[in-house]
Amino acid sequence: MSIVEKKNFQTFQDSNSIYKPSNEREASNIIKEIYNKNLPIKIIGTNSKNFIGNKLLCTKVLDLSSLSGIVEYLPDELYIKVKACTPISLIEETLEKNNQQLAFEPIDFGYINDFKSNKGTAAGQLSCNFSGSRRFKVGSIRDHVLGFRGINGKGDIIKSGGTVVKNVTGYDLSKLVTGSFGTLTVLTEITFKVLPAKDSINTIVIYSEDNKIITNLFDQLLSSSNEISGLVYIPNEPKNNNYTINREKILKFNDLTSEEAFLALRIEGSKKSIEERSREIFKELELKKMKTSILDFYQSKLFWEKVNNIELFSGTKNNLLRVIIPPAKSLDLMKYLKDNFKYYIDWCGSLFWIEVIDNENGKIKEIKNIVLKLGGYLTIVKYSENLSSDIDLFTINDTRLLLSKKIKESFDPKNLFNPGKMYREI
Amino acid sequence: MSNIALPKIDQSTINKKEYIFKKLKKLTSPENILSYEAEIKPYETDALTAYKQKPLCVVLPEKTQEISNILKFCYEENIKVIPRGAGTGLSGGSLPLQDAILLSLTKFNKILEIDFGNKCVVAQPGVTNLSITHAVQHKGFYYAPDPSSQLACSIGGNVAENSGGVHSLKYGTTTNNILGVEIVLMDGTICRLGGKTLDQEGYDMLGLICGSEGLLGVITEVTVKILKKPQTVRAALIGFPSHEDGGKCVSEIIANGIVPAGMEIMDKALIIATDNFSKAGYPRNAELLLIVELDGTVSEVDELINKVSEISKKNNSLNIKISKNEKERLSFWIGRKAAFPACGAMAPDYYCMDGSIPRGKLAEALKEINNLSKKYNLPVANCFHAGDGNLHPLIMFDGNKEEELKKTEEFGAEILKMCVRFGGALTGEHGVGVEKRELMCEMFNDNDIQQQLNIKKSLDNKNLLNPGKVYPILRKCAEEGRVHVHSGEEKFSDIPRF
Repeated sequence: MSIVEKKNFQTFQDSNSIYKPSNEREASNIIKEIYNKNLPIKIIGTNSKNFIGNKLLCTKVLDLSSLSGIVEYLPDELYIKVKACTPISLIEETLEKNNQQLAFEPIDFGYINDFKSNKGTAAGQLSCNFSGSRRFKVGSIRDHVLGFRGINGKGDIIKSGGTVVKNVTGYDLSKLVTGSFGTLTVLTEITFKVLPAKDSINTIVIYSEDNKIITNLFDQLLSSSNEISGLVYIPNEPKNNNYTINREKILKFNDLTSEEAFLALRIEGSKKSIEERSREIFKELELKKMKTSILDFYQSKLFWEKVNNIELFSGTKNNLLRVIIPPAKSLDLMKYLKDNFKYYIDWCGSLFWIEVIDNENGKIKEIKNIVLKLGGYLTIVKYSENLSSDIDLFTINDTRLLLSKKIKESFDPKNLFNPGKMYREI
Repeated sequence: MSNIALPKIDQSTINKKEYIFKKLKKLTSPENILSYEAEIKPYETDALTAYKQKPLCVVLPEKTQEISNILKFCYEENIKVIPRGAGTGLSGGSLPLQDAILLSLTKFNKILEIDFGNKCVVAQPGVTNLSITHAVQHKGFYYAPDPSSQLACSIGGNVAENSGGVHSLKYGTTTNNILGVEIVLMDGTICRLGGKTLDQEGYDMLGLICGSEGLLGVITEVTVKILKKPQTVRAALIGFPSHEDGGKCVSEIIANGIVPAGMEIMDKALIIATDNFSKAGYPRNAELLLIVELDGTVSEVDELINKVSEISKKNNSLNIKISKNEKERLSFWIGRKAAFPACGAMAPDYYCMDGSIPRGKLAEALKEINNLSKKYNLPVANCFHAGDGNLHPLIMFDGNKEEELKKTEEFGAEILKMCVRFGGALTGEHGVGVEKRELMCEMFNDNDIQQQLNIKKSLDNKNLLNPGKVYPILRKCAEEGRVHVHSGEEKFSDIPRF
């Protein structure tokens, strides 16, 4: 569903309508109360990703921002256990001190929403399951959640998983909860797997706007044993001021010719290993025949941050689509997009971020049809005020919707958690 | 054979078995129904041979639609169904029930598509784990999860159990390496979860199905991710004078930012046992043996293996051998891969435990296991996937002495409880099945278990699919949890187990 207006529904919030528990037990008691009173609630952390998903029409808000802090961090055991609304920035700072990282690269959605950084909380990242540029190499957020504690729709405190990577005890609810947009449980504690950060980074930039060359490079690099950890294609911006025209400003680097379409690939590791792999990649892809440049450590770090944080669509007022397709189908989608859209491709051909102008509802429908035919799916991450009400923000088919309803009911039988955030009746 | 509580037998199902056979013969080819005693005997157990039970009949369907029709019929008639892959499971996950149909997926044995473009393979569930790698290795690809039974275990079973292997720390388990499945629910609904894309829309039901031990749906197709083979693989074989030194070395390797492809530990009892059995040339003076395997690009592996060597020396290693070529690397593994049969040769019976602990608790865990060994007066040998914390103690005993079997059971349960107490898990890779069912309350409280049961009920409201597995029937912590092997009569004893 998209935005359904219910005129008789109270949409404002006052202080009496906000619950702000200071611990898990309090949160559980609140949910028991709302369960008894049948009160639907909107669950928030620090509101950094509030704009994603359907607007909620709940009279009550459950503000979990007080559930914050690192519970346990054992670098040798490669995990960090945090309270649900611990800021991602705090987690990253803590890990950095031990040269470790959240390898899935949390996306900073602050830029597309409001031009500035706002990484939000652990629970927010987990609830969206939108992973960064390293995803095709190391897995998504769901692959880095070892366990969680939370509260189901009846107010019962539940847990699943633990702190070890090898654990097949009972159903893997961590996977189910990740990407559920707060519709299944109120998260209270999360354990992430952490990994060592690599010593250095380098980026090879290959200039080309030939779609066939680009998609061939995607294929070759996905088949390479040279272990690349980022591959993005950034085409030229369309000559249309209705799009977010900012490429020159955002991608201003000494060693990047920003007015040309290019493919950038990231190599991480020790300096020696990077040198060796870069040499091999040049040979493997016959790059001497092409125009290339190299971004050094500092430029690379900044470049991938900007890519990861979708800064090319900073503050957009248009619709922003996140499209996932099988990587070998990327040429088909590029053929449709041509230079009529502002877009870029991440995850080695699998992830497209596409901007669609404010009132072009028909174009969104066309893209959706193509994506479904290609075996992919689409999420409208940010939507304009003029998005037609017959366009769903998320993709799902009837059988999966039926299953999803059953799963939802098993966690939240009265449909009180973020009702309608993803799909109708869920 | 051990006794175990199983769901109440539905006599009405047994009474109408002729009617059921007749109906089933209309839903699949009559030769796909096995009902004579001699025909169904091979299916009375999986690789946890301590438990045996003949099913009502065995059905070997050949098409997804047939499975859908069979399940729909069973749903309407309230007939229990036990799905089964290759039957190599070690926790009794496909143990039949007297009043249930055993649904064997062995005829679903084809690779449907090799898609190098999208780096995936679409396979039917009966295809063996290793044959996926065989199908793609000519182009330098492989399927990463490598349970020790990969020669025989099926990919459908791998999904049901979320199988691991020795390389899980770096490459993850099955759940991290599949893109999609087709499943059939108990009411006959056919559903596709995921596909060829990374991640999937909506709730991650692929993640839920993976490791659900056949309780939520019957897997009829699996799409797995394939990876390019690493440029090089090298291993180091390191002996330590104490458990503490070896344990510290493991922690320091990780703390130094090294993620080995595999990191295996054996204690003295196992070093001697495997060296006697396979003449692997292991350092017999060591209290602990560590095998560290690194893969990746040539310069990176060279660099890291030197680092591993330095860290080992710092932690008082007695001897270090680093493989110079593939032949030597494989020779390091010979003894480790013979761990199970070596124990089989030392005692009439052994139980293989499977729990997970945090890496840092290794020395403490080995000490506690050795103390328990003294307490129960039963020898034990330990192997450990140190990279991912997965512990496999092998308790040796004589099953002909009833008292010893009981003692072994108590010993095993104490080890698993210790794993949970140390912050680990009840099962790392073998699954809960019937084996560890009653120990679930060691890890989960009533709310946790109830939530999982709610999910089960939402997808199988009559509790007909693989009932009596994973979740406690008794709702008390019974003293169970092991793989029982008598006189080397392990089922599939010809396939390696490590």
